[in-house]
Amino acid sequence: MRFAATIRIALRALRRNKLRSVLTTLGIIIGVGAVIAMVGIGTGAKSQVEAQIASLGQNVILVFAGNFSSGGVRSGWGGAGTMTVDDAEAVGREITGVTHVSPEVRDRQQIMANGLNWNTQIIGEGVDYLDIRDWPLVDGAMFSEQDVRGAGKVCIVGQTIVNELFPNEDPIGKILRVRNIPFKILGVLSKKGLSVMNTDQDDVIIIPYTSLMKRVSKRTNINSIIVQADPTIPAAKIQADIADLLRQRHRLASGRDDDFTIRGQEEIANAATATTKTMTFLLAAVAFVSLVVGGIGIMNIMLVSVTERTREIGIRMAVGAHGRDILLQFLSEAITLSSFGGIMGIALGLSAAKIISTGAGWPTLVPLVWVIAAFLFSAAVGVFFGFYPALKASRLDPIDALRYE
Amino acid sequence: MSAVIKLEDIHKTYHTGEVDVHAVRGVSIDIEKGEFVAVMGASGSGKSTLMNIIGCLDRPSSGRYFLDGTDVSKLDRDALANIRNRKLGFVFQGFNLLSRTSALENVELPMLYTHDHVARSEQRDRAKHALEIVALAERADHYPNQLSGGQQQRVAIARALVNDPAVLLADEPTGNLDSRTSVEVMGVFQQLNDRGITIVMVTHELDIAAYTRRNIVMRDGLVTRDVPVKNRLIAQEQLLRLQQEQQAVQLAP
Repeated sequence: MRFAATIRIALRALRRNKLRSVLTTLGIIIGVGAVIAMVGIGTGAKSQVEAQIASLGQNVILVFAGNFSSGGVRSGWGGAGTMTVDDAEAVGREITGVTHVSPEVRDRQQIMANGLNWNTQIIGEGVDYLDIRDWPLVDGAMFSEQDVRGAGKVCIVGQTIVNELFPNEDPIGKILRVRNIPFKILGVLSKKGLSVMNTDQDDVIIIPYTSLMKRVSKRTNINSIIVQADPTIPAAKIQADIADLLRQRHRLASGRDDDFTIRGQEEIANAATATTKTMTFLLAAVAFVSLVVGGIGIMNIMLVSVTERTREIGIRMAVGAHGRDILLQFLSEAITLSSFGGIMGIALGLSAAKIISTGAGWPTLVPLVWVIAAFLFSAAVGVFFGFYPALKASRLDPIDALRYE
Repeated sequence: MSAVIKLEDIHKTYHTGEVDVHAVRGVSIDIEKGEFVAVMGASGSGKSTLMNIIGCLDRPSSGRYFLDGTDVSKLDRDALANIRNRKLGFVFQGFNLLSRTSALENVELPMLYTHDHVARSEQRDRAKHALEIVALAERADHYPNQLSGGQQQRVAIARALVNDPAVLLADEPTGNLDSRTSVEVMGVFQQLNDRGITIVMVTHELDIAAYTRRNIVMRDGLVTRDVPVKNRLIAQEQLLRLQQEQQAVQLAP
């Protein structure tokens, strides 16, 4: 029959109650909107995190001094004073699959140049550091092995430093003072952006680790070791080898906790996406509740509609409509309502995702499959919640229905 | 010629709570093709129940009912719906048109549910033709609330006619109309009957029944009288008479 005609009847009935139809679909609109926004934000954030993880360099393993929880005492990253330059050299020398190693020392100091001053992160590194991080210079050159051996008073600077201290000039060859010690600027780093922890990676000056240890911080231990691994050897094996080596070097009896922490890129990525996951779950919960409430709203209005139109149902049955014609009519009304809500929700969700990710500086990505899935799901909500009212309508007795006032 | 409607010992019992209500207690009627029958009786006489059975809206508790040669007393819901669609046309007391739906679309309604698909253009043509029969072709685009009671009832008659039914069933068709409009509507029925359409009508008004050809009177679920109408009123003449009377009143000083 009569499928097209039934759909036409359903559409006409909805057009007659425009405001009611729109209000009814509000729950679905918000529900689908939340799903789409969730997916948009989720994938946007994920791609952002992936880019940040990649900015760490290829196949990088980080070895921090100290354990995050050791005997109940919890220090910060790299807080324990147990790791030395010798440890770093041993890792580079003795572990198969380690291609580059850079000992890392961190400090925060007030720096001065050009009559301006700035508080920044100073990191001491080995010569391979920029290669490991895959972080090219835009100008000048990296310090040499000689500078490291001689604790040379040389540095390379990040983009933020250039902006803050050398706004209108070429910093190469200029002098920069850290605790009144003059460092000569050899190179300028390219822009790296935010780190996984959302800190500005360009607000940094890099000097040889020896210089930082001997001249600036006056210390003998290092914070961490940055290791680049051979991609053909499983990262887990290299991590285990490093752990064994360090336990041996630190003379840790079996049963005692590590006094260091090893993190592969995978683990860092997981930690970084944890927050996004929480948010995603929250939005998913909102979406689900909203879709259910929206579905019940549709069911409610369909029940009202069936009661209101009892006489109409009676007339249709008297002139020959089967129960299933009536069922189809009311079911298609419910599905039209919910899929209209779905379309509006998709539009709303896409705009919300766009606004939020523009604010956060993420790319907006909503995979098409999600859009289609959201639409189909909203239609399914219509089927599910519209079925009972439609069934009720289809089971009316024509005599009673015709007599209904 | 076999009967269009053949009722054989029809019973209908409703089970409402403790008591069983015997609404129809053994009715046998034959109605031939081309008849114009009025079923009369006080309320509670069982005439509405009988009408629902004849209209295939309800099934008899016992007895057999042949409509146009087929036994319809044992058919299921969907089969009865098909019978209503193809063989029967309904005219109700309350008109029962779909509101906010044009006269033409109201007339098209039964064709939406016809099993063999009727093309859209043919639906339109048939609906227009049905409206022409009841002389409402020029009001095809009007909504029910833009039509008078008599016009609405004529749209309902057109709707009943559109699938070319074997029997036209009318349940108190003049109940909601004033006397003049009632006569007009009876005129439409008489015209249709003159074309050979079988009409069965329920009414409790004697003067309306006088326009039909045969009166069946029911009481307590049984047929108590079944007589042909002797001095049949002709709607055209009555209308003329009403008109003259009205003029006479206006001319009187």
